[in-house]
Amino acid sequence: MSDTTVRTAPASEEHPVPTGPWVWRYIILRRISQVGILLMFFGTLHWGWDVSKDVGLLTGNLSASTFIGLIPLTDPFAALQIFLTGHVLAQESLIGVAVVLGFYLIFGRVFCSWVCPVNMVTDAAGWLRNKLGILAIFHLPRGLRYFILVATLVITVISGVAAFEWVSPVGMMHREIIFGLGLGFTALLAIFLFDLLILKHGWCGHLCPLGAFYSLLGRTAQLRVRFDKNTCTHCGECAKVCPEPQVLNLKKLEERGYVYSGECSNCGRCTPICPEGSLMFDLKPLIRGHNAQADAIAVQRRTK
Amino acid sequence: MSDQGPVGLNPKRRDFLVKLAQGAALAGTGGLLWDYILHNEARAAPYALRPPGALDENDFNAACIKCGQCVVDCPPLILKLQPAGGNLPIGMPYFEPRTGPCIMCPDIPCMKACPTGALSPSLKKIEDARMGLAVIDIENCLSWKGLRCEICHRECPIKGKAITLETHPRQISKHAMFVPLVHSDACTGCGICEKACPTTVAAIRILPHKLVQGKIGEHYRLGWTFDTEVTQDFKAPEGQSAAPDAAVPKTAPGVDYLNQGGL
Repeated sequence: MSDTTVRTAPASEEHPVPTGPWVWRYIILRRISQVGILLMFFGTLHWGWDVSKDVGLLTGNLSASTFIGLIPLTDPFAALQIFLTGHVLAQESLIGVAVVLGFYLIFGRVFCSWVCPVNMVTDAAGWLRNKLGILAIFHLPRGLRYFILVATLVITVISGVAAFEWVSPVGMMHREIIFGLGLGFTALLAIFLFDLLILKHGWCGHLCPLGAFYSLLGRTAQLRVRFDKNTCTHCGECAKVCPEPQVLNLKKLEERGYVYSGECSNCGRCTPICPEGSLMFDLKPLIRGHNAQADAIAVQRRTK
Repeated sequence: MSDQGPVGLNPKRRDFLVKLAQGAALAGTGGLLWDYILHNEARAAPYALRPPGALDENDFNAACIKCGQCVVDCPPLILKLQPAGGNLPIGMPYFEPRTGPCIMCPDIPCMKACPTGALSPSLKKIEDARMGLAVIDIENCLSWKGLRCEICHRECPIKGKAITLETHPRQISKHAMFVPLVHSDACTGCGICEKACPTTVAAIRILPHKLVQGKIGEHYRLGWTFDTEVTQDFKAPEGQSAAPDAAVPKTAPGVDYLNQGGL
């Protein structure tokens, strides 16, 4: 999807694609979130960031951590793998799993766009790929990640160790930023080059089983991107910036009234650039009402 | 092609089967490769010195979530997480006694920080930890050379139990040498001795038990040790009594055949 793609209906001069710093608000917030989380881990270990005596602010890393010495947080996918090795997790881990699961069940696949440090690498690769206009060599089905997810679980059972955790570039990146450098950057370099030169959105959008796991969780998300079919002009600007453009299938959007797929990571790329403001964050229980309102307004306008 | 196919065979079915076989081959090859990488990575595990309370190698490999909370909560900050591409399995905590030994905190904060139980909470006293075993290179040990070094013995947090000083005759002198001796029933493997050893390369080092410890076997009877158990590790198989003959007293089975008319 380069810039030469023919639009179904070009953004008219009355409704230009918004530009300016305000459009970047979610990207800036996401970087603050991604870097800030890493910084909290790093500061707790290296600079002694404590909330009180000997109680660290955020100890551990993204696999498992303790926030202000009270709230355990555990990566549910890592916990699932450890469970499949036949090890019964201690209670603290299970509470941590419940906390994290609860969070992502409400907010959707936000781990991928707001927390995961590899996202910064793949976003950089995607941005550069767009700038250089690199064309696709081949395509892979986006469903491949679900097969890799299943393979992770099967291999975990067979090998007796958490299969993805032992090779995960996500794990390597946050561990090595927080706890000391090793050769993990070579894996990240590989991902960067793969995303840049071989497959657009290759790692996050096609391969990563952790992303697949959170995509499955994301189906129940309460935070959604609402779609107003009355104002949409089908200009396609949203799909151009979306890292998972299949979730912006117009037919499904019109049917549902919001981005239904769990693969949407609520990254907030599409909402600020929509010339019509047809896409916006909303809470799922409110979406039906808001869309009905929008429909009523549209009917009024037409009858005038 | 479909027209010339044998009657009753659906070419779509054939396509499907071929695709299925291709998919299975791809998944199988990829899976085997992945499994190989994991085994290769886990193979280095016996060389690692783990924090106190760590489960046995395979269980620890499985249970450790690689979060590093033990690293953060270790007061002397001696624990490290193995980064990718190192000599030990990826992402799990270890320590190097020569640069940073375990100081044996009585409250075991690293174990308490572990969320998964890979550092097992069944460890109640730090003295019961078995992180490794101190091994002395007697060729390079100053005490074994006849000098009064004994630093490892003095620094040992459980001296007198984990490391004792034994007298050893010198060849031509009437003065004895005092040589350190490590006892596996008390040594926790903290590594303070290895840190303290004054030789250029430590002559006393912590190694995982598996790499250094032998095992006598159940069939040896140390008959002259009347006050000891049959052997150090002896455990009777389930459902059988410890002694082959119930009439034989447990303490000194080796000599008893002489008194029982066995010969």
